Amino acid sequence: MQTEHTDILEVQFEDVEQQRSTSALGMWIFLCTEIMFFGGLFLAYCEYRHLHPESFAAASSRLDWMLGSINTAILLTSSLTAALAVRAATLRSAGTMRFFLGATIVLGVAFLTIKGFEYHTDYQEGLIPGASFTYSASQPAVQPREVEMFFMLYFIMTGVHAFHMIVGIVAFFILISKSLRNTLTVQTVENTGLYWHFVDVLWIFLFPLLYLVGHH
Amino acid sequence: MNVSTQPLPVVTEPRHAPPNYLNDGYSVRSWLLTLDHKRIAILYMISITLFFFIGGAAAVLFRVHLLTPTGALFDPGTYNKLFTIHGVVMVFFFLIPSIPAVMGNFLVPLMIGAKDLAFPRLNLASWYVYMAGGTLTGYAAIAGGIDTGWTFYTPYSTMFSNTNVIAAATGVFITGFSSILTGLNFIATIHKMRAPGLTWFRLPLFIWAMYATSVIMVLGTPVLAMTVSLLGIERIFHVGIFDPALGGDPLLFQHLFWFYSHPAVYIMILPSMGVVSEIIPCFARKRPFGYKFIAMASVAIAMLGFFVWGHHMFVSGQSMYGGVVFSFLSFFVAIPSAVKVFNWTATLHKGSISLQTPMLYALGFIGLFTFGGLTGLFLACLGVDIHVTGTYFIVAHFHYIMVGGAVMGYLGAIHFWWPKMTGRVYSEFWGRISAAIIFVGFNLTFFPQFILGYLGMPRRYYAYPPEFQVLNVMSTAGASILGLGFLLPLIYLLWSLKYGKRAGPNYWKATGLEWTTQSPPETENFETTPEVVSEPYAYEFMELGNAD
Repeated sequence: MQTEHTDILEVQFEDVEQQRSTSALGMWIFLCTEIMFFGGLFLAYCEYRHLHPESFAAASSRLDWMLGSINTAILLTSSLTAALAVRAATLRSAGTMRFFLGATIVLGVAFLTIKGFEYHTDYQEGLIPGASFTYSASQPAVQPREVEMFFMLYFIMTGVHAFHMIVGIVAFFILISKSLRNTLTVQTVENTGLYWHFVDVLWIFLFPLLYLVGHH
Repeated sequence: MNVSTQPLPVVTEPRHAPPNYLNDGYSVRSWLLTLDHKRIAILYMISITLFFFIGGAAAVLFRVHLLTPTGALFDPGTYNKLFTIHGVVMVFFFLIPSIPAVMGNFLVPLMIGAKDLAFPRLNLASWYVYMAGGTLTGYAAIAGGIDTGWTFYTPYSTMFSNTNVIAAATGVFITGFSSILTGLNFIATIHKMRAPGLTWFRLPLFIWAMYATSVIMVLGTPVLAMTVSLLGIERIFHVGIFDPALGGDPLLFQHLFWFYSHPAVYIMILPSMGVVSEIIPCFARKRPFGYKFIAMASVAIAMLGFFVWGHHMFVSGQSMYGGVVFSFLSFFVAIPSAVKVFNWTATLHKGSISLQTPMLYALGFIGLFTFGGLTGLFLACLGVDIHVTGTYFIVAHFHYIMVGGAVMGYLGAIHFWWPKMTGRVYSEFWGRISAAIIFVGFNLTFFPQFILGYLGMPRRYYAYPPEFQVLNVMSTAGASILGLGFLLPLIYLLWSLKYGKRAGPNYWKATGLEWTTQSPPETENFETTPEVVSEPYAYEFMELGNAD
């Protein structure tokens, strides 16, 4: 962990404070673009749920809300450990920071593992959209094609979310390795933490929309 | 009295220019791995020029085809591919990056007194991302082409087209990220890296325009990325997202697409407005009339631009009430646009005007943009739009905005800042000639298209009834003149690099921090960070401009 006065100042900046606040602003702008990116998906979801409420509820009930809830708890905890890592970085205690970063990575991997099992179950039940999709409706209002649309959106939304988590986990590994080589700045930890919280908040919206619709 | 004349000492130009960003390393590596915003601007300039001429060549080909009512050259499929490649290349690979990625990259740090953009590595990455997207789309065009039109409308693009839609859409998806990175960089830079004393209302109007443009890039482009991703997924997996036969909604595609692509029009035009706001005061030797109104109008256009996309869908089957609201909001955007036009013309009033090349382009911009804007109001009227939608009227309208507006602004910017970027002066004679040729060629190409559209000729057809031939021949003749007009600057600007005379730091006697540096600027831009103590555009304190 670098101490305050040895933070590497890039040539385009006048001082460390300017560099820090600029980098934080850059991260916030990036998160705005992420919100807009997912916005298109949420709009698509809302429209089709509005058009096919019964099918979406029936499709949603095929998801395991228990595993989803466990994953929500895991991810929320990982946001806590990420926040504690940022706190440790601000206090310049490199060891504590690496511990919390490691904990965040473990929780992130746990989330992805559970998600992987869920995907596997969906695969076995023939819920992967495309040629192999099999679904027999129990009520007349439920159309297999609309259920397939739900699962298409489910896999895109959770898939893109999982991709963001993988990026975050890789970023945490880079932070740890940078910290061991003593080339890490506090701002980098903060920015990565912001990103991780964003991925977490995204899940807060995905979870009820996808898992809980069928359980009212 | 007889004064013996002493022979003046022979003054030669120094053989080597003082250290600047151009002679700071000559290797390929020093260009391809540069983090200098000025060099990245040059990389962008070379690339977008290439794409501009590819897109232009496609346009010339299909204009020649349209010389005869039955079509002179191509089969219908090839014709469709030509206009698609023209649209895709011009919109995504020329117009959107043009002024922001070239002039914005070069000027934003110089105008605000910074050493570079906030994130130089992201800036270089944006160029590579752009080139990757461009290469992929270029591949799609060569390996079979695409025939969907630049709008990629579903379900044709996802279910029926047998062409390279995936490759082209992926190219557009990738290139979008270069826009996002550029916009992000500009916003962070303008917020955080202004020189001491450079308050928001002391910023050059070009910076205000770049800021507004960046907001659109950052908020709009991600939506396009998601839209083309969904398009690709539907095309690959044949699961209904947009295809009504599979339970999807094609209107959702149009909503998502135009949510980006309408604001994208403002990505193209706002930077040109910024350029004109710089050129007019300089060549009228006056402060811009209503500085704050011009600045705020840029912001207003960026904001309002996000709420008018539905006017592309008046005949799509969207709700009637939606149409009424979108029509009303579209009229609203005309207000800040008109504010700008009034302010520019008021700036000209009682100015000491000189008509050098950049000024010719700026004046051309005002006229042609006004034309394009007013016909836009016709199209915003629900009743009128129903008659001219999908005709050449709309083709003429948006070319008045995109060529008459955006390209004129780009060329004006290139000529205005060429002495700063290269340290050389281009030939004013050829500059004026080609500006005139472009103006004439442009109007001859596109004015007949207003009439064609009004008479009912639909766009995107490879053949037409014989009574439309005269106007089509006029349009093709105009396109040839326009093509020549675009080639001329390429020649004399390149010529000036070697043979043009040296420009000096402030060739136009213009205000603005970029003119306080040497030409071309040194790699670090400023020897010491400048301090700003006064309002911009203090032309009353500047001597008259360069008068040759």
